[in-house]
Amino acid sequence: MSRYLIPVMILGVLAIFFARGLTLNPGYVPSPLIGKEAPSFKLPQLKDPSLTLGSEDMLGRLSLLNVWATWCVGCRQEHQYLNEMAQNNTIPIYGLNWKDDRATAVNWLNTLGDPYIASAFDGDGRVAIDWGVYGAPETFLIGQDGSVIYKHIAPLTNEIWEMEFMPLIREHCQKFSCSYGDLE
Amino acid sequence: MTRCSNFLIMISCAALMTSTVWAIDAEPELENPTLQARYRLLINEIRCLVCQNQSIADSNAPLAADLRREVREMITEGSTDKEITTFLVARYGDFVLYRPPFNARTWVLWGTPLFFLGIGFLVFTRILRVRGNQPIDEGEGM
Repeated sequence: MSRYLIPVMILGVLAIFFARGLTLNPGYVPSPLIGKEAPSFKLPQLKDPSLTLGSEDMLGRLSLLNVWATWCVGCRQEHQYLNEMAQNNTIPIYGLNWKDDRATAVNWLNTLGDPYIASAFDGDGRVAIDWGVYGAPETFLIGQDGSVIYKHIAPLTNEIWEMEFMPLIREHCQKFSCSYGDLE
Repeated sequence: MTRCSNFLIMISCAALMTSTVWAIDAEPELENPTLQARYRLLINEIRCLVCQNQSIADSNAPLAADLRREVREMITEGSTDKEITTFLVARYGDFVLYRPPFNARTWVLWGTPLFFLGIGFLVFTRILRVRGNQPIDEGEGM
């Protein structure tokens, strides 16, 4: 009897592993930055290189850092949603323009709308490496205390915002008593 | 004729196998050959996160080029291999290394082959013991 049972058990264990494997996304690599202080940076701004944008500018309030580029298809997909968020004052959004051409990027913002308070221009991708960026669009949720709360890799949608970001924001705001009422 | 075509197939197979030697890396070699050797070893050990089954030595993704540049710079500035891998792991996690360290998150990964080796060994000794107890049948030869 057991000589038939053992192969069936092995098959069962394999089936569990395979079923689990089907629901995993191997393209998603969890960021080691979550819960840590956001990597500091200071870069010239995209639209006006004489101005800078850095991690210091983002301190003191909840905000998003959105990594985008004009060569990135997913960025175009999420752009309309980012515009809506900016219009509704959902949350301050900062941009990190990653390995892009400055003129093309400025033109993109002028044609499609600019949801960002400002975009930093990371032409050689060094700041992106500090942030562990590997595939745009990536959106970091930065806490009031300057820590990285969450990172979303893929275009941002309202569903993802409600399902993934809002619970974390509520939790964060309980701890740091920020006015997340404005965010809802 | 067939010998000739076999030879051609062999040559083309050999050529295919060496293709990784023609590196994607367009940068000139480092002047110090020891550093260049370390650089080559390191970039073969670092995973390209964009195309996950390639190392940054094999990948022509822009991010792989950026990471190669980072490794080059750190090597020429005198960083140790350990410092460079720590730098990358702090940003991209253990997954960036093809040989991740043994820790609380990776023990299953490293332990599973040993576990199966153990099971194989148990099965093997069991079979040997069962067979050892059987009488040798002279008639049943090779």
